[in-house]
Amino acid sequence: MSNSAEAGGTPARSLRERFPLLALIFERFLLSLLLLFAVSVLIFAGVEALPGDFASTYLGQSATPETIANIRAELGLDRPVITRYFDWLGGVVQGDFGTSWASRNSVSEQVGNRLGNSLFLAGFAAIIAVPLAICLGMLSVHFRDRMPDKIINVISLAAISLPEFFIGYLLILYFAVNFGIATFPATVYQGMGFFERIQTIALPTATLVLVVLAHMMRMTRAAILSVMSSAYMETAELKGLSSWRAIVKHAAPNALAPIINVVALNLAYLVVGVVVVEVVFVYPGMGQYMVDAVTVRDMPVVQACGLIFAAVYILLNMLADILAIVANPRLRHPR
Amino acid sequence: MPDTNLLSVHDLKIEATSYPPGEPPKRITIVDGVSFDLQKGKVLGLIGESGAGKSTIGLSALAYGRGGAEITGGEVKLDGTDILKLGKGGIRKLRGARICYVAQSAAAAFNPAHKLGDQVIEATVRHGLMSRQEARKRALYLFQVLGLPSPETFGDRFPHQASGGQLQRAMTAMALCSHPDLIVFDEPTTALDVTTQIDVLAAIKHAIEETDTAALYITHDLAVVAQISDDIMVLRHGRTVEYGPVQQIIEAPTQDYTRALVNVRQAIRREAPDQSKALLDIENISAEYSNGFKVLHGVSLHLCKGQTLAIVGESGSGKSTLARVITGLLPPSDGRITFEGKPLTPALKNRPRDDLRRIQLIYQMADTAMNPRQTVRDIIGRPLTFYDGLRGAAKTARVKELLEQIEMGNGFIDRYPAELSGGQKQRVAIARALAARPELILCDEPTSALDPLVAEGILKLLMKLQEEQQLSYVFITHDIAIVKAIADSVAVMHRGRLVRFGPKSQTLSPPFDDYTDLLLKSVPEMELGWLEKVLATRRMESAGN
Repeated sequence: MSNSAEAGGTPARSLRERFPLLALIFERFLLSLLLLFAVSVLIFAGVEALPGDFASTYLGQSATPETIANIRAELGLDRPVITRYFDWLGGVVQGDFGTSWASRNSVSEQVGNRLGNSLFLAGFAAIIAVPLAICLGMLSVHFRDRMPDKIINVISLAAISLPEFFIGYLLILYFAVNFGIATFPATVYQGMGFFERIQTIALPTATLVLVVLAHMMRMTRAAILSVMSSAYMETAELKGLSSWRAIVKHAAPNALAPIINVVALNLAYLVVGVVVVEVVFVYPGMGQYMVDAVTVRDMPVVQACGLIFAAVYILLNMLADILAIVANPRLRHPR
Repeated sequence: MPDTNLLSVHDLKIEATSYPPGEPPKRITIVDGVSFDLQKGKVLGLIGESGAGKSTIGLSALAYGRGGAEITGGEVKLDGTDILKLGKGGIRKLRGARICYVAQSAAAAFNPAHKLGDQVIEATVRHGLMSRQEARKRALYLFQVLGLPSPETFGDRFPHQASGGQLQRAMTAMALCSHPDLIVFDEPTTALDVTTQIDVLAAIKHAIEETDTAALYITHDLAVVAQISDDIMVLRHGRTVEYGPVQQIIEAPTQDYTRALVNVRQAIRREAPDQSKALLDIENISAEYSNGFKVLHGVSLHLCKGQTLAIVGESGSGKSTLARVITGLLPPSDGRITFEGKPLTPALKNRPRDDLRRIQLIYQMADTAMNPRQTVRDIIGRPLTFYDGLRGAAKTARVKELLEQIEMGNGFIDRYPAELSGGQKQRVAIARALAARPELILCDEPTSALDPLVAEGILKLLMKLQEEQQLSYVFITHDIAIVKAIADSVAVMHRGRLVRFGPKSQTLSPPFDDYTDLLLKSVPEMELGWLEKVLATRRMESAGN
């Protein structure tokens, strides 16, 4: 054996080997940034490729080639695409999404307000849905193939099968129209008190909870069931532990990674997918803002909304990845 | 005097429902009419081949049926109370408190998400037998008794941070923690290397004596159980073959089956005198994984035509990697291999087909090495078509001839692997290797998953084929008894290096290097008091140093 080969066998340990957890997390973070950049390109290109033109829509009957050219020059649309993209990106990095073409107001200001509303609704739905879904999932494993499991399954299947706007209208019909115990429309405004706000958003929250609950609950059930046949679950039983404790203490921690992933996907859906629910309940969130902007071809707003939705999605998935990594004791405590 | 018995099993009957493919489900009897008594502080060894029902009997002491097994008759009395009649809540109070279980694979039986210490004391604390602090103190004491490294902090480790031997001892500590009356050990050392096995065995024996706990010790290795038991029960097909004190079973067995178990693996083959003409010559081979981890360091050895080279070593010694290098699955980073005087192309994909034909492989798990959707005809026929272009009637005739050679009848030709026993599967794997008309067969632990008597049949078959067809074998194993029985030359490997190589008579005779010495001394012998003797020698040696 040559000396060089011996030396090659034990090099100074790389940073990656010494801090596998940090290295992995850092890697996820960089990947997310790269992804976000790619999405920004896609959004800009997509909006650019859209048919129709703001100037001609805005001017309507009074559109002449000169007036169109004027507006285009005013909005900077006569510059090359690449220049406009980097101009826009430079602003976005500093938190400036440009000016709305339709209202001539700052997009950032308007978005900030709307995003807050959307996050409030989504967050409130999540606070109810996530613990409820995980508990129901564990209960359904506890009573597997017996009555409670079957009931939970049938109801969750029904909830997952109905489209959210339909559930929304059903809730409005019964709780707002027939019984009159809930408010509709769920329009919130600045200066509203916290409890009043919660009361107002009860119906959209319930709709969102019903929509995401089933998915999370069924995935929790499946993830826990898949570890139930492990040898360590037999150990738990032969230790004389109760079935409930075995599920909560021994099965659930090993099913964390898939559960975290499905929770993150649903949280992302809560923020991004509320468009329909917001429109149904006339809730002043991001979704409705974006729908309005698309109708009038207000491109800076559409771009801003698209990018924020993408960022939320990527952020939540990155968090899920990182949490799933941290949940793995092999990575948290290397040998 | 039934009152002095801690555990009294009477006329136990255990059944399960099996679902054979294409047939209606049927009831099968796993255990039939087994009775035994166990007194406080005594150890009963349950021994038998797989399918003998020994684990099932062991678990019945916890009133537990694994995988659909149901206790349908008889009684299991603990201190005079039939635990089968206790009901779910009653039996839960016993499990983990008065009766504990040590599983075969502690690596799988510990929860990867929790610290070992928490898992060790969990049952004791949950059953309300001790406070957390008391249980922790008890665990620390047990870690010390069982010889675990740095017992104060061992409990802070996660399962993946401990070795297989350490986990097996931690599992024993978990079982002992609640001061149980009875522990069921289910093959606790089977998955370990011999040098680790002896430590764990000594630790278990010491801990049982120290705490005066009774135990059921389940194993398929008579030599192991002879070291630890007071009584032995030999089981076959769910029935008792022989039951008596350990001395009588080992020294004066009355049943033929027990005698066969005691005498298993006597020498089958005499060493070949001339070992100079090499068929396979391995020169200074080094190999590494794609991540740069070095697994073989300059290994040189050779094998003569018609002879057997046994490669022994523990897990991680690089013995299977060496076989992968010879087949070309893992091209070496350094060194060269000569086969019949010509250098062998390093990488598999560049090798001429005829070189591929000459070197064949038999794996440890015949199960996973065969396509479950192919019949024996397809499995053995595939190399016939691939190498020799045989089809139709000629192929069928050759398959039948090969089945003849492996001592299986034509009736097996249209069976699927699932319809064969473990030994039969391994025979079909041998036939598949033979179908290529090889000169060298690499056997990677072909018998280690088999029961001793079945394994012996496979070894005898391999030796017979060697005589008839001048086959050469590279036989990879961790079992010194097999090496002694069949090898011409022996290579001992340790951590990717060749420790010792030469004719069997030289390699396995003194003077030894340290590692070979440890390895040979760790193999349990069918002799009462062997464990004490080895431990005493070790203590003297360490005192002498």
